[in-house]
Amino acid sequence: MKILVLAAHPILEASVVCRKLLAGIRREAGITVLDLYERYPDFNIDVAAEQKRLEAADLIIFQHPFYWYSTPAILKEWTDLVLEHGWAYGRTGKALEGKFLMNALSTGGSAEAYGETGKNRYTIPEFLAPIAQTAALCRMGYLPPYVVFEGRRLERAALAETAGLYKDLLCGLRDDKIDPKALARYRLANNAAGKLYGVEGAAP
Amino acid sequence: MSLHDFLFGAFIYLTAAAIAVPIAKRIGLGSVLGYLIAGVLIGPYVLGLTGGEDVLHFAEFGVVMMLFIIGLELQPRLLWSMRSAIFGLGGIQVALTAFFIFAVGLSFSLNWREALAIGLVLSLSSTAIVLQTLQERGVMRSEPGQNAFSVLLFQDISVIPMLALMPLLTVPDFWMGININEADTSHSMISHLPAWQRAPLVLGALVAIIVAGRYVLRPAFRYIAESRIREAFTAAALLIVVAIALLMETVGLSPALGTFVAGVMLADSEYRAELEMDIEPFKGLLLGLFFMSVGASVNFALIAKDPLLIAALVVGLIVIKLFVLYLLGRVFRMQVNSALLFACFLAQGSEFAFVLFSFATQNRVLSQDLANELIAVVAITMALTPLLLIAYDKLMTRKLQAEQEEPEYDEIDVGETPAIIVGYGRFGMTVGRLLSANGIGFTVLEHDPSQIELLRKFGWSVYYGDASRPDLLHAAGAEEAKLLVIALDDREQILAIAETAQKHYPHLKIFARAYDRRHAYELMNAGLEHVYRETFGSSLDMGKDALQVLGFRAYKAHRLVLKFRSHDEQNLRDTVKHMDDEEALITESHKAQELAERLMREDRQAAPDMDDTDWRAPPPELRERG
Repeated sequence: MKILVLAAHPILEASVVCRKLLAGIRREAGITVLDLYERYPDFNIDVAAEQKRLEAADLIIFQHPFYWYSTPAILKEWTDLVLEHGWAYGRTGKALEGKFLMNALSTGGSAEAYGETGKNRYTIPEFLAPIAQTAALCRMGYLPPYVVFEGRRLERAALAETAGLYKDLLCGLRDDKIDPKALARYRLANNAAGKLYGVEGAAP
Repeated sequence: MSLHDFLFGAFIYLTAAAIAVPIAKRIGLGSVLGYLIAGVLIGPYVLGLTGGEDVLHFAEFGVVMMLFIIGLELQPRLLWSMRSAIFGLGGIQVALTAFFIFAVGLSFSLNWREALAIGLVLSLSSTAIVLQTLQERGVMRSEPGQNAFSVLLFQDISVIPMLALMPLLTVPDFWMGININEADTSHSMISHLPAWQRAPLVLGALVAIIVAGRYVLRPAFRYIAESRIREAFTAAALLIVVAIALLMETVGLSPALGTFVAGVMLADSEYRAELEMDIEPFKGLLLGLFFMSVGASVNFALIAKDPLLIAALVVGLIVIKLFVLYLLGRVFRMQVNSALLFACFLAQGSEFAFVLFSFATQNRVLSQDLANELIAVVAITMALTPLLLIAYDKLMTRKLQAEQEEPEYDEIDVGETPAIIVGYGRFGMTVGRLLSANGIGFTVLEHDPSQIELLRKFGWSVYYGDASRPDLLHAAGAEEAKLLVIALDDREQILAIAETAQKHYPHLKIFARAYDRRHAYELMNAGLEHVYRETFGSSLDMGKDALQVLGFRAYKAHRLVLKFRSHDEQNLRDTVKHMDDEEALITESHKAQELAERLMREDRQAAPDMDDTDWRAPPPELRERG
């Protein structure tokens, strides 16, 4: 499975988690990383080029920090422009049919803060409903998100561990060792780590 | 010497250099070893084409010029920050090495005077060889490079007291007054004066150099630069070096030290780069000559008489030096690798040894035979330095197999100057202000003295230089820089500089200002990727505002400009192949215009209800319901 990672971080140079996650996968064959803010600093997205890129991929990952319970602006702009009617959705829009979409994101808040009793009141999958529905409308499968909680507070070791898990997940999907349908049954991709890709000590 | 002799001598030396140096360089021995081998070959023991010694004294002037150039690259502030390395590291090195050699000398049944003289002289290292090698390897600014330089600087200073000490070692009559230069062949005119009168003169000379460097030379250079005659500037640059060397000789100081001080005083002036560039070729040639004459003066007859003794002395000297230097390097908190490299750099005898040993024999401290043997030893250790460094490299490459992790992103190096801006007028200044506002240092080259004056008043560090000269880029630091911005207003010069820079510094990213579309073609044809038409950006800005005033919403105008811009730039790249064919150019431009209009028209028709054609995709729910 060919993977396209659309990374969106307006100040990537100051990020902790996003940079670490990317470092792990940047040089992997079969995984293409596109740094959206670097490629389109003026938001002048090249729709034709982006559509071509999507056609070549089987799994598209939005990798980003969780800004106001959603993606940074450029990913929204990208969605608005690239997923055209008649191409991505609508009666004749079948370019993305059968592909998968997934979010990989980092939050400031803890895992406990995301839930009915936490201060953010909703779970992460609930916040991501618009993206899940976008995938559905485009006839894509939507995989559970990979979430790095409390990104700014992670110790070096924990950071390295979560980056390693992320890499294992992507490589497993790329090499067809992880079945996306099996993965789709989990609430978060993190939870699947131990069972699906044989790594011990996965975070909840 | 007749003209014929002179020409013949020049012919021999130049031929030897032209043949031996490129070969040595290609097989990885470095230029210094190439020169030395060339010298040996043309010397009295192989081909017998030259004697060597007479040229040696003349060629030492290359060392003087080299120190001037090094001074130019060393600002006073930087020199001050090196004081502990100079006096601590340098001082202890000289004392400790001299002590060990002194002890060895005593155990070889020399008397204490001989042993002391030899110890002091052999504690020195070769400024010429070390600095040339440091520059060739580009490690002048590294830790071992800086430390080696500090030690050399101290050694240069310590030659003066050593010269004073030699007569004192001649036994009994040192009450007769210390006539440093009595037996020397130098032209010191004040040597007849007693020491208490000489000291203020020496100090006065140094102060004069410092004051002149600060307050007299800059206006003088400005006056000469305004004449725009290159030779005049070159002559003035040479004049400084010669004049200072002469002054130093007169007061009995090391000329190299004097020109070094003058260089430091001029280090932050706007003429630094130009001076460096003017002196550089003279220095290079003379230094090459110097190395060749060292090679030619190695006395093989003497070595053949007792090869084992000479070999033992050579090995002994190198081992003692390596030991002391490595130890000191570690004490001064250098890493193992750096300390080892630092030691390898300095583990040889000095060219001062030639002068000091002959001075010592004239003062009857050493016998002629002993001095000759020691001179041969020094010359051999000098020749071995490049080999020692090659051995070090071999050792390190084996050690460096360990994995090196690439940095994920380029760090922005704020301290150094990663950019060079050529031409600091309306265009270059805007680029420079943006860089500087974000903490990025850069070197500016300007050729208009009045503009420089103005810019310096506003606190910019700007250097004078006619940037169409290729070696100027070198002096401006093109080796270390990442980016070259060419923002001159002369289209020919922009092209010339771009071509030179591409040829000599392929690692440099080059951004060039283009006068117009035609000029942009020329630059792109020369292989440049980053070409900026000088009025393009601001005319688009104005065009955008025009669209807005005429009724377009701001965001739509903004996007139309982005579209127009990428379209036009693509067209520029597509039509560059037709640049010399006017007719084809016109046809192409018509075609492009038609295409652009058609695209925009199609966009409008496809989505007549949308403000901006790129938002043909309405939110899904709208479309799905409709």
